[in-house]
Amino acid sequence: MSHSNNDHNDNHGSVKQYVTGLILSIILTIIPFGMVMMMDDPGVGVIWAVYGFAIAQVFVQLYFFLHLDGSKEQSWNVMAMLFTLVIVAIVVGGSMWIMIELNQNMMPI
Amino acid sequence: MANNAMTSHDGAHDAHDDHEHHDTNGLKVFGFWLYLLSDCILFAMLFAGYVVLSQAYAGGPTGAEIFELDFVLVETALLLASSFTYGLAMLGMNRGDSSAVIKWLMITFACGAGFIAMEIYEFHHLIVNGHGPDKSAFLSAFFTLVGTHGLHVTVGLIWMALLIFQVKQKGLTEMHRGRLMMLSLFWHFLDVIWICVFTVVYLTGVML
Amino acid sequence: MLGKLTIEAVPYHEPIVMIVLAAVILGGAALFGFITVKKKWAYLWNEWFTSVDHKKIGMMYIIVALVMLIRGFSDAIMMRSQQMLASTGGHGYLPPDHYDQIFTAHGVIMIFFVAMPLVIGLINVVVPLQIGARDVAFPFLNSLSFWLFVVGALLVNISLGLGEFAKTGWLAYPPLSGANYSPGVGVDYWIWSLQISGVGTLLTGVNFIATILKMRAPGMSLMKMPVFTWTALCANVLIVAAFPILTATIAMLTLDRYLDFHFFTNDLGGNMMMYVNLIWAWGHPEVYILVLPVFGVFSEVISTFSKKKLFGYTSLVWATLVITVLSFIVWLHHFFTMGAGADVNAFFGIATMIISIPTGVKIFNWLFTMYRGRVEMTSPVLWTLGFIVTFTIGGMTGVLLAVPGANYVLHNSLFLIAHFHNVIIGGVVFGAMAGITYWFPKATGFMLCEKWGKRSFWFWITGFYLAFMPLYILGFMGMTRRLQHVDNPLWVPYLVVAFIGACLIMIGIACTVIQIAVSIKNRKQLQDTTGDIWGGRTLEWSTTSPAPFYNFAHEPQVSELDEFWEMKERGIEQEAKKPYAPIHMPRNAAAGVIISAFSLVFGFALIWHIWWMAVVGLVGMIATFIVRSFNYDIDYYVSVEEVERVEREGRERRALPSARTPNDTVVQG
Repeated sequence: MSHSNNDHNDNHGSVKQYVTGLILSIILTIIPFGMVMMMDDPGVGVIWAVYGFAIAQVFVQLYFFLHLDGSKEQSWNVMAMLFTLVIVAIVVGGSMWIMIELNQNMMPI
Repeated sequence: MANNAMTSHDGAHDAHDDHEHHDTNGLKVFGFWLYLLSDCILFAMLFAGYVVLSQAYAGGPTGAEIFELDFVLVETALLLASSFTYGLAMLGMNRGDSSAVIKWLMITFACGAGFIAMEIYEFHHLIVNGHGPDKSAFLSAFFTLVGTHGLHVTVGLIWMALLIFQVKQKGLTEMHRGRLMMLSLFWHFLDVIWICVFTVVYLTGVML
Repeated sequence: MLGKLTIEAVPYHEPIVMIVLAAVILGGAALFGFITVKKKWAYLWNEWFTSVDHKKIGMMYIIVALVMLIRGFSDAIMMRSQQMLASTGGHGYLPPDHYDQIFTAHGVIMIFFVAMPLVIGLINVVVPLQIGARDVAFPFLNSLSFWLFVVGALLVNISLGLGEFAKTGWLAYPPLSGANYSPGVGVDYWIWSLQISGVGTLLTGVNFIATILKMRAPGMSLMKMPVFTWTALCANVLIVAAFPILTATIAMLTLDRYLDFHFFTNDLGGNMMMYVNLIWAWGHPEVYILVLPVFGVFSEVISTFSKKKLFGYTSLVWATLVITVLSFIVWLHHFFTMGAGADVNAFFGIATMIISIPTGVKIFNWLFTMYRGRVEMTSPVLWTLGFIVTFTIGGMTGVLLAVPGANYVLHNSLFLIAHFHNVIIGGVVFGAMAGITYWFPKATGFMLCEKWGKRSFWFWITGFYLAFMPLYILGFMGMTRRLQHVDNPLWVPYLVVAFIGACLIMIGIACTVIQIAVSIKNRKQLQDTTGDIWGGRTLEWSTTSPAPFYNFAHEPQVSELDEFWEMKERGIEQEAKKPYAPIHMPRNAAAGVIISAFSLVFGFALIWHIWWMAVVGLVGMIATFIVRSFNYDIDYYVSVEEVERVEREGRERRALPSARTPNDTVVQG
């Protein structure tokens, strides 16, 4: 028999949340796929849009599926994730900068 | 393990009452989340490697030449659907409805298995056509990044199959709830990573 | 059938190795025989190997680390003697092939199988006690982590007798480490020993972050945690953030070697500079993983033995946090010369210099803690003072190296070698020695003999300066690292002095071995019966020595920093009056040992390309884990009677004479 105390451990969420997440994700997937599949020569704007949709969908799924929000219960989870994202940005961004410079200076081709 | 509340127990208690240590699962889920964040960094490194090597075609095919976006779109739909159906499984768990949990988990499994089958097909197709990971740095990075994601999904499927069996056997015990919650995080996380994969690898590969 | 493995794998052409192997096999057989004759296998299995108790796991880490120190140090003294001997036209006694494996093994062993387990061992023993918890968040994972680490160490040791080790340096840069230039098994031993133990380390990181954030005693807010716990938290955050980078990078190298991928190859588009970049993005946080906990050790030691509250707790915590974040933006300073150019070099050079500032803050905090305290010159304090001087010098040479222009002259010279040994020995080794001495009584119930401890210190510190100061000079004189023979007569005197220094360090290590043996022999006279042998300030000193297996009969209630000191000041009675309740504890687990045993099979099989065996190993690991998941009987309750008995024994122990009491200032033994 489930105990009411379990609720604060179980994920929150309702059918509505999951359906909303699903629909938003579908939209945020179809549009970029559609753009890339239809266009012969996508410009820089399309590239930015595609990445924008991806980032948006990541947030949609973090919120609607993973229930990461501003609540007190989630605070350590969110903080840990933000720290991770900072590290990812630093290491990936730093590595990109370093590799681009290295390739320019050091690669024969 | 620390007790937060010193409740008295007569010695005959089984150590896994439902109402005992309702924060143990909270601890496990938090620990699992930390592991997932480390996995996120692992994937980030594979993404970094991919981006650095993404133009190293070595005379071989480019992304645009080998990626089939309609195929990837179907894969994406399967994985997204499976993320949704897992959510429904969790709602079933909240209600204490083990048959709903099993039903939705099985549907999730089917979608996930479909995703993996498609991915194996894609890889096989590429390899037999001479575009295997040993042919260029770009292909090495592609197979590694996408393949690592696929491996994670496969592990998730094995875990899911086990949980379906265990829930069938013993119902929605405290331990099983904890495991279902951890798998839930894992499964949704893999869909989030897939968003990055189809964007950075497939869509970008076709665009550039 | 057995892949690449044949009898030729045994290096029977190399007498030095064969003699060592013979000694190891004989010694191992003697040990096994001894345990069998004394019928101690059941005891070892039930009380230690399958234990999920953080205190026991911590002690096992430290024991293995000290054993590996002997192996890593043997490599060191071989290198010093070889360089000294092969410096006047001769070729010494170690052929280049062999020498290359020695310097590679030396680095790998010292970082991964000595420094890491010393630090993780101390964190294991101390942190749950310091935060008032009964164990870590995931005790079974803790056991698994330890045994995976053991497998990593075993693989490195097996490489001595079967096959070879990598000859690439401890970080195995490609393309040298790729399949083309290292076709043997050496690099594969490197790969699998690091990947397997790396999984263990990552799990430790997850375990301790969850423990520290979620299992503190009520009332212990973050800013009331002991400094050692803070540094442990930050180090474990670094582990979780950095180790995936290592895993991914080694995996890419593995794919290159095993499946002909082209991440880092010379041909078909590979980019070996990316390896260097990624491996150091891990490598720099790694050294902070090692050093932050020892900063914590020194904080605890100095405040206890100065009988004074740590100066500037808040600034120490902030400095630790700043170092944690900054440690992720300096990594390029390990390859200034690879060619990223002036802009990139300038950014990372400046960032590297900035990171020395919070460390400087800490040094001042420790000095101000001692100022106007009543400093007692125990051996932990000697190690601490030795650290403050030595680490400061090493830090300063680090700032010198951080200047890209200077780095172009000094990269990969002996100046670099001197710098990092300066900070690692002065920091991590001295800190580990201080920490082991300081917490040894808490873990075992008796203290280490101070006389031999001090001797060890003096040999270590004198030996260190003699061994490494000449290397700074040699670096300026142009000697590069990893040379199997040298031909510059001007360098010879320095190499001789360095060798003498290494010999003194060897005596220092011998003193530690003797210290342990003597202390065990005299443990009755050295016993700690109060639980608070030094007059500590933090919660671990409120338990008996050793602590009960469940740590605390009653969960401590915390209201301020240095809670235990406050309790003593206020004269709080031990809580003998409150009724006991059953204590929820995890059972022992064999699965950690078994999964790791299968991982050894898996790793060994992959190294030798014995594919069927690799499948067996992998399936075994997974199957064991799955079997465990069907085991629902993984914990139990300690009965009230049992708790009463243990607590009563603890109280009775306090009546016995103690080697010293908190108010002693004259140290016995």
